[in-house]
Amino acid sequence: MNDLYREREISGCGLSAYMDESGERSSGDDIIQSIALLHDRSNGLGGGFAAYGIYPEFPDSYAFHLFYDDSSSQVVCEELIHGSFNIRESGPIATRKAFGIGPAPIIWRYFVDPKEEVLARHNLSPDDFVVQEVMKINTNIKGAFVFSSGKNMGAFKAVGFPEDVGDFYRLDEYRAYMWIAHGRFPTNTPGWWGGAHPFTILDWAIVHNGEISSYGINKRYVEMFGYHCTMMTDTEVMAYLFDLLLRKHELPVETACSILAPPFWDLIEHMPEEQRNYYTSLRMVYGSAMANGPFAIVLGSRSMMLALNDRVKLRPLVAARKGSIVYVSSEESGIREICPHPDAVWMPRTGEPVIARLHEGVAS
Amino acid sequence: MKRVYAKEEVCAGCRLCEIWCVVAHSKSKNIIKAFNEEFPRPLPRVKVEEFGPFSFALQCRHCKEPPCIEACMTGAMHRETPDGPVLHDPDKCVGCWMCIMVCPYGAIARDETEKKIASKCDLCQGEEEPACVAHCPNEALVFEDRGE
Amino acid sequence: MRFSYIEPEFLIERDLERCIRCQVCVRQCAFEAHIYDEASDVVTADSNKCVGCLRCVTMCPTDALIVRPNPTSFKENANWTGRIIKNIYKQAETGGVLLTGMGNDRPYPIYWDHMVLNASQVTNPSIDPLREPMELKTYLGRKPERLDVTLKDGKVSLNTKLAPQLELRMPVLFSALSYGAISFNASKALASAAYEFGTYYNTGEGGLHRDLYQYGERTIVQCASGRFGVHKDYLQAGAAIEIKIGQGAKPGIGGHLPGEKVSSEVSKTRMIPEGSDALSPAPHHDIYSIEDLRQLIYALKEATRYEKPVSVKIAAVHNSAAIASGMVRAGADIIALDGIRGGTGAAPTTIRDNVGIPIELAIASVDQRLREEGIRHQASIIAAGGFRSSSDVVKAIALGADAVYIGTSALVAMGCHLCQICYTGKCNWGIATQDPYLEKRLNPDIAKERLMNLLRAWEHEIKEMLGGMGINAIESLRGNRLHLRGVGLTDSELEILGILPAGR
Repeated sequence: MNDLYREREISGCGLSAYMDESGERSSGDDIIQSIALLHDRSNGLGGGFAAYGIYPEFPDSYAFHLFYDDSSSQVVCEELIHGSFNIRESGPIATRKAFGIGPAPIIWRYFVDPKEEVLARHNLSPDDFVVQEVMKINTNIKGAFVFSSGKNMGAFKAVGFPEDVGDFYRLDEYRAYMWIAHGRFPTNTPGWWGGAHPFTILDWAIVHNGEISSYGINKRYVEMFGYHCTMMTDTEVMAYLFDLLLRKHELPVETACSILAPPFWDLIEHMPEEQRNYYTSLRMVYGSAMANGPFAIVLGSRSMMLALNDRVKLRPLVAARKGSIVYVSSEESGIREICPHPDAVWMPRTGEPVIARLHEGVAS
Repeated sequence: MKRVYAKEEVCAGCRLCEIWCVVAHSKSKNIIKAFNEEFPRPLPRVKVEEFGPFSFALQCRHCKEPPCIEACMTGAMHRETPDGPVLHDPDKCVGCWMCIMVCPYGAIARDETEKKIASKCDLCQGEEEPACVAHCPNEALVFEDRGE
Repeated sequence: MRFSYIEPEFLIERDLERCIRCQVCVRQCAFEAHIYDEASDVVTADSNKCVGCLRCVTMCPTDALIVRPNPTSFKENANWTGRIIKNIYKQAETGGVLLTGMGNDRPYPIYWDHMVLNASQVTNPSIDPLREPMELKTYLGRKPERLDVTLKDGKVSLNTKLAPQLELRMPVLFSALSYGAISFNASKALASAAYEFGTYYNTGEGGLHRDLYQYGERTIVQCASGRFGVHKDYLQAGAAIEIKIGQGAKPGIGGHLPGEKVSSEVSKTRMIPEGSDALSPAPHHDIYSIEDLRQLIYALKEATRYEKPVSVKIAAVHNSAAIASGMVRAGADIIALDGIRGGTGAAPTTIRDNVGIPIELAIASVDQRLREEGIRHQASIIAAGGFRSSSDVVKAIALGADAVYIGTSALVAMGCHLCQICYTGKCNWGIATQDPYLEKRLNPDIAKERLMNLLRAWEHEIKEMLGGMGINAIESLRGNRLHLRGVGLTDSELEILGILPAGR
């Protein structure tokens, strides 16, 4: 079916995340406890996590997490993976029986490195090649879906309440320096496993609460750069926007945030000339990348956690800091549940990102 | 004082100013009655002057030092306040038409419909703006104080 | 005159009880359809001369006049309509090409009326433009694919210099209406309204009257195949230059200004002899291919030191998408697409009514094609051709246009009654005429105010529609076809428009 004819999923949500800038790792217990408190913000149709620093044994290989509808799709897909990548290790992702989690697809993990000769033939950087191959699998191979493709990080998601999803994937057994959690409240479509947040591409993981009214143009904009929106979700397009702006266009993260949630013209007009020129140029060139409509997002990468609100703050987002740990959540209670006495708590302003960065010299 | 000024460049020559002047000075103030039922019908006190494509509406300029007042032997032509409009009192008018002779603009006409008296613009006393200005479809007449 | 078989198109009816014989109708009809009979003191009418412009009806102080379509009908049928029969009579009587003015009036589908807009409910909030900012500012011109920004010591600095752009308060401009086709007063009204409002007007191929240079920074100067009025100061005076290849009302043929309208001022401005027909060639004779267009684009850019965006305007025709792609690659900073319903001062009726494609389909296919080729950012798209309302504008933006040219709507705002006789030069409303007697009827101050009122009204309405969709900046609507749904369209039409049917 032409993807024009696929309905976009609209959802409300709860989110919670934290990063220890010192690189200290912790188990998934805390993040599960935090997102569990925000239970009422999701409706059991999707929950998920992203965890960074969990695969120290394969820090430089791409960790692919895949859902397969059946073993035949796995056969087809693995043929493609074998052709393009050297597989260092593969196997099922460990799960346990958990309350509220329905029938699961086949869930497989591969640690892979792109084959040199294939890279040469495609004349692509390893990252660009991985993006291309992920797009290929997700678009062309029926029943196969790559839901995580970064290095030393992974996404875990399912249909269910997020705390149950965490239990299902045995996240208490992983240790990460950054955890991102999300519970969904999709309103118009039944949840499916691939549709749960976080959405990831390469090292980027993104969770999102909101509805992007500009989705139609954001999607067409990223398509110009070879991204295919296969899931018809706002979150997916946000991830591609970040990948495009940060990785391909090499823009500073602050600039990317100003593109997604730019200041109003009224404000820009009163700025000093250099600043005015900067923001005017951003809006002129990247107008199609503006995310318009309510959103609160958390974006993870190997060295950074970023939280951002829309330009008129139509979704809740609270941040806090305790020592080297930066927290963000839809609700302050989500933070205080696991950090009762933070050093500071604040409400980030519209378009003003909360950024946590791994300290220099800390291996990610 | 406030006077009526014509913008020649946008006068469409439709003469609606003349028509509405007649209505404003009619008994019924109703345009159809004024034209179709009232006899004699009042004369228009504004006149559209035309020459080829050029046209503009002319009425009494209400001069600062009006020759008509100076020439009027009965005091029919008068001013009530020093900077008020030049008015004409038909009861005093004897119809000598000296005013017509001296008016440099030709803005006074003979009104032979009733007595032998003069007919001239009174700036539609009592109205917010003269009827000619109010009804000009192209704003070619304006009523304003240009400090003259 | 020889006996004619053509029945009058309109009947003039006069209520004799209301008529005061003031003769305003007589004085206002340039076609002399009203006659005052002094001997009998009655005003009569010759309906044969009536063009249906309603000037007399509007001006009549007693509402004594009714002008209505002549109910007399031919024994017409589906194939031989009254219009067809009449056209044949006209041609049999004159042996000439049928001329007309204004845009296509044939019942082709108007896709705007088959597309509906979205609004937010529950899952995201609509925005109230009376209480919150709502941004319509639009920039037209070539944009780079990416910006080079560096971050140093917490301070961002921009290392990319952008090409020149046009800044619009909202995405509506006045279309090309040449001085000559329209009166000086009409041109002045458009120029001053664009200037004061913060948008642009377009000179068409009429050159720039010396008294309008003062509005240069809000002027798009056109360079058409006749090169009328094109010289160095003219190019320098505008904010942008538009190369006119084609026009929606008459794709494939050149402009046509009848000699009756070439007055002394028009002759000076266009640099042609007074009274001569100004017939611009069908093609530019220095543009027989895309690389020739590139040469002209760069010649104009060189001549103006790369300080002005160059637009290229074409009529929307079957392969517009491929042509547009070539235009962008040839260096056009703006592409103006003029659809089949675009207006004109004079065009052969058969061309106007049968050549070109609807603008909606052209916008959709051009925008999609440029995106597929990854060059959409290299040029802005201005859509033209029969835009009637703010909702047409919003739908065009959602389909992928950056901005919209309005011509006929602007003329109607000034008083045009769409009687389609612009080519006669006898416009009773003072718009499409050079007759000094008629031209005075359009007061440029009133016309300017009416134009600005129209823009302000549309601005409010566009903000309301955007707010309803939960969008607070126009760039988030541009090309955002998910906010459109089709009603009563075929699958192919939906596919070309790139929209879903309503209900899905």
